[in-house]
Amino acid sequence: MADDALRARIVRAVTEQPQPTVTVLSSLLAIEDELGWIPQEAIEEVASRQSVTQNDVWAVASFYPNFRFSPPGTHMVEVCWGPTCHLMGAQRLLERVHDALGLDGEGDTADGAVTLRYNTCLGACGQAPVVSADHHLLGRASAEAVDALVAGLRAAGRNGGHQR
Amino acid sequence: MTVAEKFQSIQDAAQAHVAAQESRTRIRVGVALCGHAAGAFAVLDALRGEAASRGLDAAVQEVGCIGFCYAEPLVDVQAPGGPRVFYRNVTPQQVPTILDAVASGRWQDAGEVLGTLGEGSVDSIARIEDGDQWRLQARIATRNCGSVDPGDIREYIAAGGYAGLAKSLSDMTQEELIEEIKSSGLRGRGGAAFPTGVKWGFLQGSNRPNKYVLVNCEEGDPGAYNDKGLIESDPHTVVEGTIIAGRATGANYGYIFIRHGHDGPIDRAKEAILQAYEQGLLGEDILGSGFSFDMEVALTGDSYVAGEETALMEAIEGKRSMPRFRPPFPAQAGVWGNPSNINNVKTLAYVPEVVRLGGEWFSEIGYERSKGTAILCLTGDVNYPGMYEVPFGLTLGQVVNDIAGGVASGGAVKLLQTGGPLGGVLGPDSLEITLDYELMSQAGAILGSGGIIVASEDVCAVDLAWNMVAFCQYESCGKCFPCRLGMTHLLDTLERIASNAGRAADLDLMRTIGKTMGMGSLCGHGQLGFNPISSSLRHFEEDFRVHLEEGRCPTGSCTARFHRPTRTSPTAVAGWYVEEGAGTTPKA
Repeated sequence: MADDALRARIVRAVTEQPQPTVTVLSSLLAIEDELGWIPQEAIEEVASRQSVTQNDVWAVASFYPNFRFSPPGTHMVEVCWGPTCHLMGAQRLLERVHDALGLDGEGDTADGAVTLRYNTCLGACGQAPVVSADHHLLGRASAEAVDALVAGLRAAGRNGGHQR
Repeated sequence: MTVAEKFQSIQDAAQAHVAAQESRTRIRVGVALCGHAAGAFAVLDALRGEAASRGLDAAVQEVGCIGFCYAEPLVDVQAPGGPRVFYRNVTPQQVPTILDAVASGRWQDAGEVLGTLGEGSVDSIARIEDGDQWRLQARIATRNCGSVDPGDIREYIAAGGYAGLAKSLSDMTQEELIEEIKSSGLRGRGGAAFPTGVKWGFLQGSNRPNKYVLVNCEEGDPGAYNDKGLIESDPHTVVEGTIIAGRATGANYGYIFIRHGHDGPIDRAKEAILQAYEQGLLGEDILGSGFSFDMEVALTGDSYVAGEETALMEAIEGKRSMPRFRPPFPAQAGVWGNPSNINNVKTLAYVPEVVRLGGEWFSEIGYERSKGTAILCLTGDVNYPGMYEVPFGLTLGQVVNDIAGGVASGGAVKLLQTGGPLGGVLGPDSLEITLDYELMSQAGAILGSGGIIVASEDVCAVDLAWNMVAFCQYESCGKCFPCRLGMTHLLDTLERIASNAGRAADLDLMRTIGKTMGMGSLCGHGQLGFNPISSSLRHFEEDFRVHLEEGRCPTGSCTARFHRPTRTSPTAVAGWYVEEGAGTTPKA
């Protein structure tokens, strides 16, 4: 992506926030929604528009683990590891997902197609164990269902995905 | 026009709209988080598609969570004048059959029926009201959940919504409102159980021009989803409760604070606020009363500590969610130094009914000094996981066995994990404990925000303690070193024990660390961060002993590997670090 286009998307995300209260954090969240990650240009824009130092923006951006600083995979898989999901077999699901993606923990697949995150609670504990793919929740997730889900995402490759 | 007359005209229009809806067959689909995870959106799409292609004269509606998470996706069909017939665990493939049954009146043929709800009966289908799962509940805050369309304010108004606000604006002074809340005995539902009326009084006492009511829907407790469930299913009861709190305390602004990424609750809350503005129930001079109040949704990043009241204010200001020193307390200097009053979602969800029906009405429900109901999320190894609103005074055993149906995998209950990770665990004798703030506290149990996770005898207490400690370590904000370092050392030690490499002195080591954390941490995260281990040792020291002395897991549930997230640090990218000479000042 050309630098100008990237910066334009950042500026639009920051300036078109619909809510009255605009802060460093709200701006970073708006950029994350738009791009899926926080490039250096975003840190600069937020610092200048909020009249704070880049250090201040970095302090916030690096504090919340939802922010990342390189482009994520096209698809996002999240596996819940909260206590309910833990009791209902989340660790085994995680191993299954690791195997399917060729990962050893949170991270991105080598082809950039899928990013794996562990989620502390996806909020559907009544359906544990829960996984999510591109923000679609899948409850009572079996090993087979997780295999199918990952296979589907890998087949889609760099198409579709969670980014807007 | 008076406030009452203005509200009457809004109510009349809403009732006319709903009456028109009720003349058609209504098909409702629960699409809150649990329904979503069970596949409700696919069912909803199939229903809409099939109903349209058949030219069926029926309204297909989205609703929130009625609480029976185990039966999701739930679809209910209601013929004009009849009760709602609930089909459980519906698949998209089943949709044509359900619509056939609606057309033919042969309701039982379309799939597994959970029961009927509402006046009247259909064939020989059991009434949900007659079962313990409904009978033992008292649905006040959740009265509309799963019944009204959360995206249509008119349904909420027609069900009696905003009448409490109208009453508070026309008939009651600020003092009378706060007195009403005090007399109801309502206590904060976020965990601290502080009397709500007293808390509101602190804010009312300040005459600063800007005062805030903050609604805490951060809800980071894994295992609890009642705050998100309420906002998703009936956002207006929370919005109305917030406006009433503003009126009572003289505040002029409200924030609903939700974690980024929970799109369902966020979208519902935003939509509800917009609709309240459109109806003149928010904004300048509400219903011509002279009272003005504005509201918006504020988001946080992933942070458990952001649910702590002072850390929450930091996040609203856009900073790192780290707790502040107190004093000053939020009622003196909260968001941007202005007086602020923080309430849990559930607390505010009761307020409209308390005002509409009176504090005395509410105070007659519940047990001793615990008035009203507890909104519980029962999950884990139970037959009927769900979100249930029960009056205080039931025992935990009634809740776990009579409502949630007991252990799903067979066998007996080994432990209950209540009140979020910091609440710790209880043994099987806890089933005798009565739901009541004082009695629970005496018994060493924490109700917290209402999550109850049930585990059977197949689970090792060390395994679950590991999960909770890993969570607490991951979520420590890092401000207080006893919490930041202590949680890390506790986790290391626990992983050593779980993998049968523990040392004889490890239990004492953990106790020492826990004590230091309790003394040296600003907020509950560090103060209570040893609870998962101390409570596990109190009830299940034998599990630790078997790991330490026999070198094995007593149940085989501790795995050799521990998959947990690690705090991410920004990945270094070439050229990012500050140019030479630029120091730490911004380029811009």
